[in-house]
Amino acid sequence: MTEFGIGAAVKRKEDFRFLTGRGTYTDDINRPGQLYAWIVRSPHASADIRSVDTDAAKNAPGVVAVFTGADLAADGVGGVPCGWQVTDKHGEPMKEPPHPALVADRVRHVGDQIAVVIAESKDQARDAAELVEVDYAELSPATSIADALKDGAPQVWDEAPGNICYDWELGDQAAVEAAFGQAAHVASIDITNNRLIPNAIEPRAAIGDYDPASGDYTLYTTSQNPHVIRLLMGAFVLSIPEHKLRVYAPDVGGGFGSKIYHYAEEAIVTWAAGKLQRPVKWTAERSESFMSDAHGRDHVTHAELALDGDGKFLALRVHTDANMGAYLSTFAPSIPTYLYALLLAGTYTTPQIYCNVRAVFTNTVPVDAYRGAGRPEATYLLERLVDVAARVTGIDRVEIRRRNFIPKDAFPYQTPVVVQYDSGDYQATLDTALRHAEWDGFEFRRQEAAERGKLRGIGISTYLEACGIAPSAVVGSVGARAGLYESANVRVHPTGSVTVFTGSHSHGQGHETTFSQLVADQLGVPLESVEIVHGDTAKVPFGMGTYGSRSLAVGGTALIKAMDKIIAKGKKIAAHLMEASEADIEFKDGAFTVSGTDKSTTLAEVALTAYVPHNYPIEELEPGLEEQAFYDPTNFTFPGGCHVCEVEVDPDTGVVEVVNFTAVDDVGRVINPMIVEGQVHGGVAQGIGQALLESCAYDQESGQLLTGSYMDYTMPRADNVPSFHVSHEMTLCTHNPLGVKGVGEVGAIGSPPAVINAVVHALEPLGVTDIAMPATPQRVWQAIQAAQTQAAAE
Amino acid sequence: MYEFEYHRPSSVAEAAELVSKADDGALMAGGQTLIPTLKQRLASPSDVVDLGAIAELKGIRVEGDAVVVGAGTPHAAVAGSAEVQGAIPALAALAEAIGDPQVRNKGTLGGSIANNDPAADYPAAVLGLGATVTTNQREIAADDFFTGMFETALTDGEIVTAVRFPKPQRAGYAKFPNPASRYAIVGVLVAETSGGVRVAVTGAGSCVFRASEMEQALAGSFSAEALDGISVPADDLNNDLHASAAYRAHLVSVMAKRAVAAAQ
Repeated sequence: MTEFGIGAAVKRKEDFRFLTGRGTYTDDINRPGQLYAWIVRSPHASADIRSVDTDAAKNAPGVVAVFTGADLAADGVGGVPCGWQVTDKHGEPMKEPPHPALVADRVRHVGDQIAVVIAESKDQARDAAELVEVDYAELSPATSIADALKDGAPQVWDEAPGNICYDWELGDQAAVEAAFGQAAHVASIDITNNRLIPNAIEPRAAIGDYDPASGDYTLYTTSQNPHVIRLLMGAFVLSIPEHKLRVYAPDVGGGFGSKIYHYAEEAIVTWAAGKLQRPVKWTAERSESFMSDAHGRDHVTHAELALDGDGKFLALRVHTDANMGAYLSTFAPSIPTYLYALLLAGTYTTPQIYCNVRAVFTNTVPVDAYRGAGRPEATYLLERLVDVAARVTGIDRVEIRRRNFIPKDAFPYQTPVVVQYDSGDYQATLDTALRHAEWDGFEFRRQEAAERGKLRGIGISTYLEACGIAPSAVVGSVGARAGLYESANVRVHPTGSVTVFTGSHSHGQGHETTFSQLVADQLGVPLESVEIVHGDTAKVPFGMGTYGSRSLAVGGTALIKAMDKIIAKGKKIAAHLMEASEADIEFKDGAFTVSGTDKSTTLAEVALTAYVPHNYPIEELEPGLEEQAFYDPTNFTFPGGCHVCEVEVDPDTGVVEVVNFTAVDDVGRVINPMIVEGQVHGGVAQGIGQALLESCAYDQESGQLLTGSYMDYTMPRADNVPSFHVSHEMTLCTHNPLGVKGVGEVGAIGSPPAVINAVVHALEPLGVTDIAMPATPQRVWQAIQAAQTQAAAE
Repeated sequence: MYEFEYHRPSSVAEAAELVSKADDGALMAGGQTLIPTLKQRLASPSDVVDLGAIAELKGIRVEGDAVVVGAGTPHAAVAGSAEVQGAIPALAALAEAIGDPQVRNKGTLGGSIANNDPAADYPAAVLGLGATVTTNQREIAADDFFTGMFETALTDGEIVTAVRFPKPQRAGYAKFPNPASRYAIVGVLVAETSGGVRVAVTGAGSCVFRASEMEQALAGSFSAEALDGISVPADDLNNDLHASAAYRAHLVSVMAKRAVAAAQ
């Protein structure tokens, strides 16, 4: 390990500008002559639009234009496309209703978009928006999965009878039924994965710009994947070819998935900029973010696990209903299917698994990927169910996991749910976690807590997840409408400094540091001689962006492959310079040497030679030292590990305090341990948020968003989380050159069941066997009350 | 926010005149409620009269057996005041737990009680300690001041200038914060005063109220055990996403006991 290479805890290069307020976010950008857009949003969850009168708004001070859905339709503006088509269990495609950028006939959730007012100032646009008169005929909404599935429920879409988008299945149902017939024990659970609202610190924003001289459009936007936005918006919504459309995502203040998707506002400002021939900016208010950013999770599941007499898992059957919201967001259909059911084997050898998923339309904000995306839902279900199985069989929670782990010598391991794991050592992560969490000393701590009037519990989660979704051919065969490779371009400049153009996007992940470390490590150049460029389709040739913890495993591998090409070309040049055979050239620490001699030249000298080719093998080799690589992985990566959570419950108030949290994660090779630790901290904080604090609530009758601000939506804060104990056990990914697996989501995936298992463990002496997320004080208190009432009755 | 005329008078008299002359004037103390309300376009006053530059509204002084806090004194000043900490530590502790540092450095005692948010902390202190509210027109006993949800005895143009807190024998405050907003879901201030034991409950109902049964029990024995089995009826309590009326009623008992235990 070098000072700045792989494995070094280098301080983040990007932090200077962030910590000193010098970041450039979309809203920091202002274009000459810029106008401001305000979106008129529906106050109703479901209503027919009888008419929209924009006359008064158009005449208001400062207003330049007011557009409605009719204006967009007249200009041939398309709807917002969905990027994944799921085929249902009958072989039929999912129901895919239209998703117009501005709706003209019916609103389908509170916050749905009806018109845009564009004015000289944001206040003028907002003032005028209040003058847009929409005549609504209110309809009854279907606001939850349960309501949408009732007989006679309001229909969100006529083309989706019963509000079913698709009814999908995976696995051998007959084999699973047969296994249940042989079971000595069956553990079952009904479980809800609570709906979350992402809440990145930076709200979404977009600026459309149009150059009448060149006919070029530019969209500045808060995106995790600007090339994907260019493709979706250019090809499907606005019919602008790629060479006339630049999408630039500058510094982006957090995404967590919510900034993957193509949102209507991006298309609206880009189209309007062309229409008005002036730049148009839109920046969400926080309350708009609550009602227009795609939400996450929202599953209702019944699951059963069959076990033999020794506690070995025989089969798992799962039925899940997943909320899609009112429209299909970009990747929504894939989340409760291919990113969920494929994870249901977890870390276990369960031989048969059957999963049935119904995707359900409701009159709520669209639901899509949110940090973990399907995998937290699978993990929460599985790790809660294993605890139930331990109770049903009387086998210790740790022991039942050990008995069912995939052994470390069984890799590659083919699961019954399509995927093949490449590596892992679940006993090792478990052993380390138990040691660090001082699992064996728990009873002493429980007694000590009891003396203080507190109920102490400890919970465990031995999770597995999948990152770097791939390969393109496979995901394409199951409905993905895009490839899932990544690109990197490495430009070695004439004097030896390096610019990397990566298709990955950093919105908090620290790629500028981690990717620079890869370059420092591979090319032997100082960290400060490396520049990482991302987020701009005008600079980066192509990219699929950042989500699903894919940047290092996919984007990093593309970078390695591009650097391999640099080194290969450099060897040819060095061989020429040193009059040696190319086969004898070795490259290490930035120097080309002739094997067995003291002849040596540097990367900088080779680069200069490549750009000033006076003494150069010009007949065999092109000048220049710049290489491009695309990398399409052969498989997912499979991080896993063990999280142990210890809580204290105040039985008088129901307040749960997380007192210890231990995470031992196997994320493959670690490039920057400080960044990895930070990722785990953030993920665990979000996981604790889901487990104890966060829950999106809609009013059942009106469909109003009840948790539309921080007054009611509880984000985790510093005093909600303990000081985490984070460490790693490493097994290398076998199918990428770095052996990396991904870390962005493990914290949010592994932690919620550990927290809830701990809360249930704390409350078990009172007779409580289950509690729903979030385990708020009120919910815990009510569970205690119910258990005591039941105990009194027995 | 919508446009309004902004005024920054230097005396209470000037402020009173400005607000009385305005079509629809709003007094602004620390602005911790008014400004978010304006930004969300939920209010559109013609004039905002900012009380922040009025020196006579600021300050803390001990007068005999009472602590007098100027209406324009921010929460942080009350929390950090040696006089308050010495005379009524429960009041300093209550102020220290309001909102966050920004709120505590901008929000004021007068603004809080004039707004009378049902989940605010200060109404519990004013009522529980049997304080007297001084305005530019009169003195109002705490028992007469808080009249309903966001309602007080203040008349149009009447400005709170100070609150006189008599020093109790002992007092304690316990708050159960809303997990999201950190306002009080239930806050209970318990005080043993020269006029008897007072128990004031905020957050639980539509307006701060006294729990008379608890006061009687504590008058007999000022101990947490004295409250065993005593609860406030849940019927009239708030019921929302975070806490049902039954849970709030339970929390009133728990917080009352903790306030007694913390009393000094």
